[in-house]
Amino acid sequence: MELPTEGVVPAKPAPAARPQRQRKLANKHKLFLMALPFLIITFIFYYLPVSGWIYAFYDFIPGIPLKDTPYVGLQWFKSIVANPTQTAEVLRVLKNTVAMSSLGLITSVFPVIFAILLSEIKTGWYRKLVQTLTTIPNFISWILVYALAFSLFSVDSGVVTAILAQLKIVPEGYNFLASDSHIWLKMIIWYWWKSLGWGAILYLAAIAGIDQDLYEAAETDGAGRFRKIWHITVPGLIPTFFVLLLLSIGNFVNNGMEQYFAFQNAMNKDSIEVLDLYVYNIAFANNFPFATAVSMLKSLVSVFLLFAANTLSKLVRGESII
Amino acid sequence: MRKKQTAGDRTFQVCLYLLFGLFTISCLYPFYYLFINTISSNDLSAAGDIKFYPRGIHFNNYVKVLKISGLSHAALVSAYRTICGTLLTVGSSAFLGYLFTKKDMWGRQIWYRFIVVTMYFSAGLIPWYITMNNLHLTNNYLAYILPTIITPFNIILVKTFIEAIPPSLEESAAMDGAGYLRSFWSIIVPLITPILATITIFSAVNQWNSFVDTAFLMTETKYFTLQFLLWRYLNESSSLAALIRSSPDMAASIVNMQTPTSVRMTVTMIVVLPILIIYPFFQRFFVKGIMIGAVKG
Repeated sequence: MELPTEGVVPAKPAPAARPQRQRKLANKHKLFLMALPFLIITFIFYYLPVSGWIYAFYDFIPGIPLKDTPYVGLQWFKSIVANPTQTAEVLRVLKNTVAMSSLGLITSVFPVIFAILLSEIKTGWYRKLVQTLTTIPNFISWILVYALAFSLFSVDSGVVTAILAQLKIVPEGYNFLASDSHIWLKMIIWYWWKSLGWGAILYLAAIAGIDQDLYEAAETDGAGRFRKIWHITVPGLIPTFFVLLLLSIGNFVNNGMEQYFAFQNAMNKDSIEVLDLYVYNIAFANNFPFATAVSMLKSLVSVFLLFAANTLSKLVRGESII
Repeated sequence: MRKKQTAGDRTFQVCLYLLFGLFTISCLYPFYYLFINTISSNDLSAAGDIKFYPRGIHFNNYVKVLKISGLSHAALVSAYRTICGTLLTVGSSAFLGYLFTKKDMWGRQIWYRFIVVTMYFSAGLIPWYITMNNLHLTNNYLAYILPTIITPFNIILVKTFIEAIPPSLEESAAMDGAGYLRSFWSIIVPLITPILATITIFSAVNQWNSFVDTAFLMTETKYFTLQFLLWRYLNESSSLAALIRSSPDMAASIVNMQTPTSVRMTVTMIVVLPILIIYPFFQRFFVKGIMIGAVKG
């Protein structure tokens, strides 16, 4: 027992500090426990599926338990290179994937151009109207996009088919959606019809954030419209563009499935099947283990690309993207 | 002192107005085209005569289509997953986002990364399907809503938003002895309603548009959503024609008889309408979402 010194009332620091530390300790665990159910759900829905990779090593047939199916090692992976028909098919799918992703990368400047040009429009309400209305298609599903396309391009009553036929761009009775020709071009056009307005929003915000004094200074120096765009606006947009570009490099093998799934049919299947759709199609043909093997390779390549993009980002910008 | 507009400038401006005008029309016209065709005389529509304005206006298509067996049930399933799924996502994202702002949490950084990483990595379709199957989430309504409890992007949005709130507000509540749950509910939630509105609208649209999960996990018709039914109508015209023939009510009327095309268009319109209706009111929330997401995305 300590005696009070200097006649001051003891501030009781020790007893006060201990509960506080204990409380902090209790909080530490309490907070974790509150988050725990969510972490378990995350584990179940996002991490547990990785265990399904094991099916790639078995001759698995849906319906038969895994323990009764023969272990085949790397057979499914080897078949990609060993079996000529399989190799040809995988190469075809890879070609489609690379084509669609490359087209996507090349055209990723579209939203930048859209934003720059839109911000050149001086009538405020018109700019706002364009911005609002062009983002609508982004919020409908690919199935709905396809449904709209189905009506507009229908062979006997579609308005676009009729107009194109009248302009002699396509022959009479042309089935736009069932045809295999220019399918990559068609897909990228649909993609930008849906995403252009939405994709431009970030850039429009970036343009709005550029210091107006810069433009005035450039004007006094006699810079015209295009020089102002080139020397002020474009440099202001490059950081945003770069991050998005790196993310899409990371997603090079993930085209997503919905667009291709919605638009695929027997006629265009050969040129529309990207990896994601291919995995789905072979799984539906009941070849589960091969589908698993392909999606496993795809996931691994995708992680590798993401790390590569991230490293690149750290080197160039000194900042990571993830 | 402004320079006079040169002729070149003016041409440039006019071209811009035209260009954006055309693109905007191309974004809107498909919806308009569909709408005028569903309310026009079905004969004219089938002949491709309805291009710019409706003719022979009637609403039979809507009345008849709503009677298709399974369609109203699918609408209920879609509504169910949109409402329940959104509530769960918003509730859990808000709470988890809040917890992750607490520096005291044991292993906070690790657990946060544990969740965020899932945005960039997926095991693949088949492993996912097998897992869902093992969890008995095939042909199960829960499959629509349970996985949405964790939406990493939403959690990031909420966490970023809360971190921008002055901590003093919450500290004063803690002084008064409020626990985490109390201060989350009575201090944080009222302050973060803008971001909650944003994620509400994002996830509602996502749920309504969702399609892949039905295609994979559901084989029984009672679990089908509107999006999935629409997809089937688009791809199986023979079954659609049979469906029309088998409903005596649909084939009976000679005028404006239902055709596979009219049914498809009308169903498309019904599925797209909720989005078109909410869009003007919530457009700013979408924009806000992408902005905050961009800061930390």
